[in-house]
Amino acid sequence: MAERTGKRKPMIGLQPEGDIDWSSYRGVMVFVEQRNGQAKPVSWQLIGEATRLAAKLNVKVMALVIGWQVSELAEESIYHGADEVYVCDSKELEHYRTRPYSRVCLHVIRKYKPEIVLMGATNTGRDLAGAIATHLPTGLTADSTQLDVDEERLLLASRPAFSEKMLATILCKQFKPQMATARAGVFEQLPRDTTRTGEVIQVPPQMDPGEIATEMIEFLETKGSVNLAEAEVIVAGGRGLGGPAAFEMLKELADELGGVVGASRAVVDLGWIGHDHQVGQTGVTVRPKLYFAIGISGAVQHVVGMQNSSYIVAINKDANAPIFKIANYAIVGDLFQIIPAIIQAVRTRKLERLQLLKY
Amino acid sequence: MLHIVVCIKQVPDSREIRIDPKTNTLIRQGVPAIVNYYDLHGLEEALRIKDEFGARVTVITMGPPSAEKALCQCVSMGADEGVLVSDRAFAGADTLATSYVLALTIQKAEDTWGPVDMIFCGKQTLDGDTGQVGPGIACRLDMDQLTYVELFESLDIEKQEVVVRRHLEDGVERVRARLPVLITALDILNRPRRASLPGVLRAARYKPIVWTTNDFSNLDRSKIGLKGSPTIVSKTWVPEPKQVNTEYVDSANVVAAATDLLNRLYATELPQKLGWS
Ligand SMILES: Cc1cc2nc3c(=O)[nH]c(=O)nc-3n(C[C@H](O)[C@H](O)[C@H](O)COP(=O)(O)OP(=O)(O)OC[C@H]3O[C@@H](n4cnc5c(N)ncnc54)[C@H](O)[C@@H]3O)c2cc1C
Ligand SMILES: Nc1ncnc2c1ncn2[C@@H]1O[C@H](COP(=O)(O)O)[C@@H](O)[C@H]1O
Repeated sequence: MAERTGKRKPMIGLQPEGDIDWSSYRGVMVFVEQRNGQAKPVSWQLIGEATRLAAKLNVKVMALVIGWQVSELAEESIYHGADEVYVCDSKELEHYRTRPYSRVCLHVIRKYKPEIVLMGATNTGRDLAGAIATHLPTGLTADSTQLDVDEERLLLASRPAFSEKMLATILCKQFKPQMATARAGVFEQLPRDTTRTGEVIQVPPQMDPGEIATEMIEFLETKGSVNLAEAEVIVAGGRGLGGPAAFEMLKELADELGGVVGASRAVVDLGWIGHDHQVGQTGVTVRPKLYFAIGISGAVQHVVGMQNSSYIVAINKDANAPIFKIANYAIVGDLFQIIPAIIQAVRTRKLERLQLLKY
Repeated sequence: MLHIVVCIKQVPDSREIRIDPKTNTLIRQGVPAIVNYYDLHGLEEALRIKDEFGARVTVITMGPPSAEKALCQCVSMGADEGVLVSDRAFAGADTLATSYVLALTIQKAEDTWGPVDMIFCGKQTLDGDTGQVGPGIACRLDMDQLTYVELFESLDIEKQEVVVRRHLEDGVERVRARLPVLITALDILNRPRRASLPGVLRAARYKPIVWTTNDFSNLDRSKIGLKGSPTIVSKTWVPEPKQVNTEYVDSANVVAAATDLLNRLYATELPQKLGWS
């Protein structure tokens, strides 16, 4: 067996470093997640929410941008509500990797001392937040869906617990910053305001190149990529579709509505559609503005993942299907007749609108 | 020989948890305990590596004495040893305190059975539901972490390298990393095996190793259990069930039903929010 190169330096019980005068920690910081210079929508949503919290605390909104050729995102962060942007721009940081990214975060947090740090509850955000919170160390609340602060400046991060059956408010009194990851699609971003100004602070990369062992070989964009977590319209199908072919029909409807296709676990397990499409407890939790549940019975594991959609349309031939209990609009009937009719109706309506605009 | 540690947790089967409508508290009685769903996928991957390359697979869990059963289940599938870290003083741990104890446990496992090459965790637990414990352990042990792994592509023992595919919201990332490494498993990574007959026989007699606070010479008691947990649950509540006034669309005539549905959708704020013209 090859000799181990990099020697590990385990640091099992970590202590706060340096200044632990917590009162010197001020400001609400948001990590701006990006790929190829494109910010994830959750980043702007969190800056929007941070603005609300910062106003209550009477402090600044700080944004942290890490990547390569990302200076434009500094401006964008300001347009979306940030007062101060910390930018670390380096070729080494082109692709997300836990170690180099967390080193930059730790440096910025220790130097500029935000009292609250928010990240998207994306796979990257959770990966990074988990590493940083352990290092600092501090408390970290996962997957928050409500945020607030109290008069003692404590962050009240609320999140669903026990398969969304309960909500729990979690706080951290012992350390600063107080950290939370928060779900996409829950908080509102502010209107982009190009007249806003702010301060941009360059941060040097914190690297020890010999130490970076992981390497991104390639990024494969998912074919017909579905980003359920951020979709505003989801057309989801279940076992009632009878086979993979009927998903074509759902795709058509989704395309007409500018949405994406979702699925129950039953059909994912049957191999009718990819796992990426699965909504629910062991799939993705979604909050679109409009959700179609088509041929889905409404098992609790499915429902916990979509019950917070603004509007739910359920189509099922069984009038007693549990999905109807949470649906705003219910159609009892055969989906094979109803879906083509809906697609047709949407097209007709679009055409009418077009003509209205023309004349 | 490779040494692989798998972190598993025994969790209440959340499907069975109900809320007492009178007190708004969780009814835990009679709720079966299972091995956290994702952790079994981590174990399966470890066992596949064991099948192909030969490895010692040590399964660890921090939990109450009853979690022995979960370890026995892992042994029945093919794990070599199960370690239960159990002590009243560990109770009430959040992810920070949990990763502290698990990192110490892995360090002790290294002292006992040799250096660890790989650690598998689940993507997240069904009860804690944070996915923070894996990164926490990696950080404390100064290892690289590969989270949300959907495919284990290759292991090169000569080069001490693994290549995996990480699942992200917008695609898949192929990553190469050096051993030792911590991997968190998605359920699409593999299909966990059933216990073999010899495995079942071994598990029936198997007694997991139990470590308590007294077994760790370097344990800092201020970092464990409720005391060592910076996060505090200040309040729990049951959200008001969403009051939906389900409107039934008459489906006798499907064309009329479709138009009716659209009219209703257009009467909401959806067209404005979604930019439907
Ligand atoms: C640990 C665990 C985790 C799970 N996680 C998830 C999860 O994340 N997501 C998830 O979805 N499930 C999950 N499940 C599975 C869940 O319990 C259900 O089995 C699943 O959601 C059922 O899928 P379905 O509604 O498509 O199928 P079914 O329950 O079979 O429902 C099919 C429905 O289609 C209707 N139908 C049939 N034909 C027609 C027709 N022609 N027109 C109209 N309607 C028709 C039927 O009336 C029926 O209501 C999980 C289960 C477990 C044990
Ligand atoms: N008490 C525990 N004992 C052993 N492993 C655990 C424990 N808690 C969490 N883990 C591991 O960490 C993963 C993530 O857990 P969590 O951060 O609670 O979502 C789990 O899938 C397990 O692999």
